[in-house]
Amino acid sequence: MDAEAAKLLGAGLAAIGAGLAALGVGNVFAKFLEGALRNPGAADGQQGRLFIGFAAAELLGLLAFVVAVLLIFVA
Amino acid sequence: MAQGGSKIDPMHQFLIEPVFGQSWNLFGYNIAFTNSALWMVATLVVLWLFMLGGMKGQTVPGRWQMAVESFTGFIGDMLTANIGPEGKRFLPYVFSLFMFILIANILGLLPFGLVPGVHPFTVTSHLTVTGVLAIISFALVLIVGFSRHGLHFFSLFVPHGTPWWLLWLIPVVELFSFLVRPFSLGLRLFVAMTAGHILLKVLAGFVINGLNAEAVWVAPLVAIPSFILMIGITLLELLVCAIQAYVFALLTSLYLNDAVNLH
Repeated sequence: MDAEAAKLLGAGLAAIGAGLAALGVGNVFAKFLEGALRNPGAADGQQGRLFIGFAAAELLGLLAFVVAVLLIFVA
Repeated sequence: MAQGGSKIDPMHQFLIEPVFGQSWNLFGYNIAFTNSALWMVATLVVLWLFMLGGMKGQTVPGRWQMAVESFTGFIGDMLTANIGPEGKRFLPYVFSLFMFILIANILGLLPFGLVPGVHPFTVTSHLTVTGVLAIISFALVLIVGFSRHGLHFFSLFVPHGTPWWLLWLIPVVELFSFLVRPFSLGLRLFVAMTAGHILLKVLAGFVINGLNAEAVWVAPLVAIPSFILMIGITLLELLVCAIQAYVFALLTSLYLNDAVNLH
């Protein structure tokens, strides 16, 4: 396997990270909705925390994208 | 990376080109007025006009003033909820940050490409811009923290209730998580905008190449579903524009909370 093929394979493997981050983001919103339906009164006050969790989960998927871009265009 | 007959290059939209002043030099650096600078000025003008219409301060606000006040009220509530009563002092900075990012994101997504010769440019799709915004936020946290608490600010790295036998590890972890903040803050906005715009351009490439394909079945089977998908993704991107601006402002206010109240 030459180096170029290995880079492209690595970039493709990085997409697994994006998919796993999708699971994470979905989990954040699913759990929030679950809790919000049980106690709708408290839901509005927790939206900030919802987006903190969303941002933390999303960042790791975006890092996977950065790894893919670095492998294709920079490395 | 684009190969074959198609000439769709999804990265071309991020190219920074000089609009005028190619020969301007300052200390050996070229300071030409680029399309990035042009769109930053456009963002500033839109924001200025938006605020100008709403800053009349009438007792009974009109619709426009209501719109501006709902934005300031939204950010003000967020600051009060996260920082406490002192949060209102940071309203001018966080509001400017939020509105600049929001308007820059949305301006980059508007279909200016329909006008011949005009190319929309997303200012926030460059790490240089978002990185500087993140560094300003981080610097503000440091300035507020050190001016309010002096060297006591370092107690941020030792949370309350840390067991003594973990004192060698927790400060290192906390310091690392503190230092990585500006990177994660800038990187998140930059990558979210870049990825969305690449996705839109790749789909646009499918539409154009599908319509131009020689085989007849390609247009209804590839181009039209791609176009419908593109409309959906564009709506999603509008949501992402707002969410990313909100997340940037929210995380800035959380970091300011650390600086104002320590842990």
